[in-house]
Amino acid sequence: MAGPRHSQDDPRPGGFAGNLVFLAEDLRAEGVSAGTSELMDAVSALAEVAWTEPDDVKEALAATLAKSPEDRKKFDLVFERFLFRASEEAAIREGVREGDASQAGDQAAGDDAAFDEADLRDAIMQAIRDGDEGAMRDLARLAISAFGRRGQGSGVIGVDVQRIRRSLGLRSDPQPDAPQGDPRREGLPREQLRRFEQLLRRELERGAIERTQQLPPSRPLADLDRGLPGSSLQDLQNVHKVVAQLKRRLKTQGQENRGRKRHAQIDVRRTMRASLQTGGVPVDLRYRPVRPRRPEIFVLCDVSTSVTSASVFFLSVLHALHDAFRKMRSFVFIERISEVTEVFERERDFKRVNEAISRDAGVADISGYTDYGRVWSEFREQVEDELHPRATVIVLGDARTNGRDPRADLFADVAAKAGRTFWLNPEPRLYWNYGDSVISAYEQYCEAFECWTTEHLEEFVKALTRPVR
Amino acid sequence: MADSPSSVHDVRAGLKAADYLAGESTALVAYLATKLGKPVLVEGPAGVGKTELAKALSRYLSRKLVRLQCYEGLDEAKSLYEWNYRKQLLRIQAEAEGTGWNSVHDDIFGEEFLLTRPLLEAISSPDPVVLLIDEIDKTDQEFEAMLLELLSDFQVSIPEMGTVRATSMPIVLLTSNNSRELTEALKRRCLYLWLDYPALEEELEIVKLHTPELDDTIARRLVEVVGMVRDLDLKKPPSIAESIDWARALLLLGAEDLDQDVFRETMSVIVKHRTDLDLVAERVGVRLAAGSRGGA
Repeated sequence: MAGPRHSQDDPRPGGFAGNLVFLAEDLRAEGVSAGTSELMDAVSALAEVAWTEPDDVKEALAATLAKSPEDRKKFDLVFERFLFRASEEAAIREGVREGDASQAGDQAAGDDAAFDEADLRDAIMQAIRDGDEGAMRDLARLAISAFGRRGQGSGVIGVDVQRIRRSLGLRSDPQPDAPQGDPRREGLPREQLRRFEQLLRRELERGAIERTQQLPPSRPLADLDRGLPGSSLQDLQNVHKVVAQLKRRLKTQGQENRGRKRHAQIDVRRTMRASLQTGGVPVDLRYRPVRPRRPEIFVLCDVSTSVTSASVFFLSVLHALHDAFRKMRSFVFIERISEVTEVFERERDFKRVNEAISRDAGVADISGYTDYGRVWSEFREQVEDELHPRATVIVLGDARTNGRDPRADLFADVAAKAGRTFWLNPEPRLYWNYGDSVISAYEQYCEAFECWTTEHLEEFVKALTRPVR
Repeated sequence: MADSPSSVHDVRAGLKAADYLAGESTALVAYLATKLGKPVLVEGPAGVGKTELAKALSRYLSRKLVRLQCYEGLDEAKSLYEWNYRKQLLRIQAEAEGTGWNSVHDDIFGEEFLLTRPLLEAISSPDPVVLLIDEIDKTDQEFEAMLLELLSDFQVSIPEMGTVRATSMPIVLLTSNNSRELTEALKRRCLYLWLDYPALEEELEIVKLHTPELDDTIARRLVEVVGMVRDLDLKKPPSIAESIDWARALLLLGAEDLDQDVFRETMSVIVKHRTDLDLVAERVGVRLAAGSRGGA
C-alpha cells in the first residue's frame, strides 16, 4: 500500500486506469469484493456518463463496484477518502499551497470583524439545519481558523473536532432552554451534524498535510461490524434480520436427503416426456423428487446472567430454528433445565416468548449460577430414549461453570448418543478457557463455534446444514 | 421511438413521463442498463418501487414487459422452455405409419413443439423487451446458476435444438428483497442498484404525482407521518405504494386535515400487523393534533 504510491514526484502509473485499480485495491482492503470483471464494467460504464457530473461518475462506479448495501456504505467512505487523498497528493506534488490566500482572508475577516463568534455559530447552525453542503464546508474552514487563532489546536484531530463542536454548542438533542427561534431548540439533525464534523475533520487533515507536506498513512474504516451480543437494542434488529435470512436458508437446505428410488413415486408427466426420446415407449422412468426429511434437533440454551446479552440473541436464534425444523425440542438452563418447546410452539411473537421464559421457566434454583453438571444429568434423563444417531444437539452457552464440576463425562455420553453435537459460545475464542471457562473439556466431544457476530452465525448455519456423511 | 436515451437526464424525464419519479442513482443505472446491455440487480425493502421501475421502463421505452415471478421450486420447465409433449405424441401417432423414425425425430424437436416460457420469450422476441425477473431471492441457488448463461451471453441452450441466441437485446431487471444472499457469480454479472425509502421531499412528489387532487398541506403531513411510522421498529414498515393508497383513501374520505380521528380510522391502510397497529397508535397517533370531533 505504501511505497511507490506515495512517493512525491512519481504520479501513479497507468494514468486513469491505474487510478481505478488503486481505488479497487482500497475497496478490497475494506472487504468489498471488486473483481477484474467489475473493474472492466466500471470502465465501460464511465464511458457512458458525462465527466462533468461528479454524482453520475460516482453512481456509475458504485453501481458496478459495490453490490450490496454494506458494500455501498463502504464504497461511499472509501471513495471520499480516495478523492481527498488523491487531490492532496497532487497538491503536494504540484506545490500548491493555500496558506497565502487563507491568511489574506483571515486578515480581511479580522479587519472588519464580520465573523464574531455568535454570528459564526448562527451561520453554522443554519447551514447544518438546511443541509447546505457548500456552506458547511466554507464554515468549517472559518470555524477552524477562528479557533486556530486562539491557539486551541491540540494537534490531535479527533480532539480538535470535538473541541470546536463543543465550543460552538452544536448538539443533536433538543435544548428547550435555548431562546425562541434558535435552531438549537429543536436539536440539530444528527446526520447533518455528523457531516459537519466530517468536514471539520477533513479540513483539519488538509491543514496538517499542508504543514507537514506529506500524506499520513491511510486509516482503515472503523470496523463496521460490531459484535452482536455486546450492544443491545439497535443490534437486536440486525440479529432479527440475519435470523430471518437464516430461516429461509434452513428451509431450502436444512435437510437430509432420504430414501431410495424404490420408495419414490413415478412422475407420469416427466416419464412421458422422456419416453419421446424412445418413440413413446417409457424406457427410463422418472420419479417424483423425494421429500426431504429434517433432522431432529435438541437445543440447550444458557439464560444465566453471565450471558444475559447473548441469551436474547440465542433465544431469537432458537425461535428461528423452531420455525424451520418440525421436530425440535428446546430447553433453557441455568442450574436446572426446563423444556420450552411448547412456549415456542404457542407464541409466534419473539418478545412474548422472551417474557414467558423469564417468567415461568423456573431454571434458577438457589445461586442463579450455571451448573453444567446438573444440566447434563437432567438433560440425559429427560431425553435419553430419544437420542439417536440422526439427532443433533446444539448447546448455546459460555461454558463458565463458576468453579463447579463440568462433568464432561456426562456430556460425552450425550454427545456419543447423538449424531452431531455443536457448541455455540458467545465469547471470542480469545477468552476461552480463561477463568472458569471449561470449553476445552467439552470441545473434544463436539464442534465448538464462537458466535458473537452475524458472520459467525452464518458460519454455524453452514456447518449445521452441511449434508451428513 | 425513445429506444436509445442519450443522457441520464433523458431517462429521468422519460421515467417521469411514465409516472415514475426516479432518483439520481436510479436514473443513472437505468441509463447504463440501456447503454451497456447489462442486467440490473435491484435490491431494497418491500414496496419501494422495484417492480414499478421495470414497468415504468417498459412504458418509457415502449417495450413489452415480460415478467417472471420467482418462487421456491421454480424450474427450467416453467421459466425457460418446455416441449409440448402432447402435441409431439399426436404427431408421432399421426405419422406412425410409413414414416421413418429419423424424419419424425427431426420433426418433433422443432420450434413448433416448443412452449416458450418467459425467459425464452424475452430473448426470442423480434422486438426488444424489458425482462423483469421478480424476487429472485425466492428461488433456489440452482436456478440462479441456470440464469447465468442467459444473463451474460443472452442465449439459451436447448439440448435437442442447439443454442437460441437473442434476436434483440432485452433490458433485464432482477429484483430481490434481500431475504437470501445471492451468489457472487450472479452479482458479478449485474449492475447493482439499492433502492431505499425516499427522502421526505421525494416521497411528497411521488404522492402528489399519483394523487394530484390531494391538498398540499395534507399530503405533506401524510408523508411526515409515514416517515415517523417508518422510524418505529415495525414488522412491516409502510411502503411507498401504501403511502399512495393512504393518500387516495384520504381523498375519497374528503379529509380536510390529518388529525387523531382521521389517523385512527385510516391507519390500517399503512399498517398491516396487529402488534404494529398498537405500537403506531401509541407512538404516532398521540403526536397528531386532537380531532375536531372527538377532542374535549
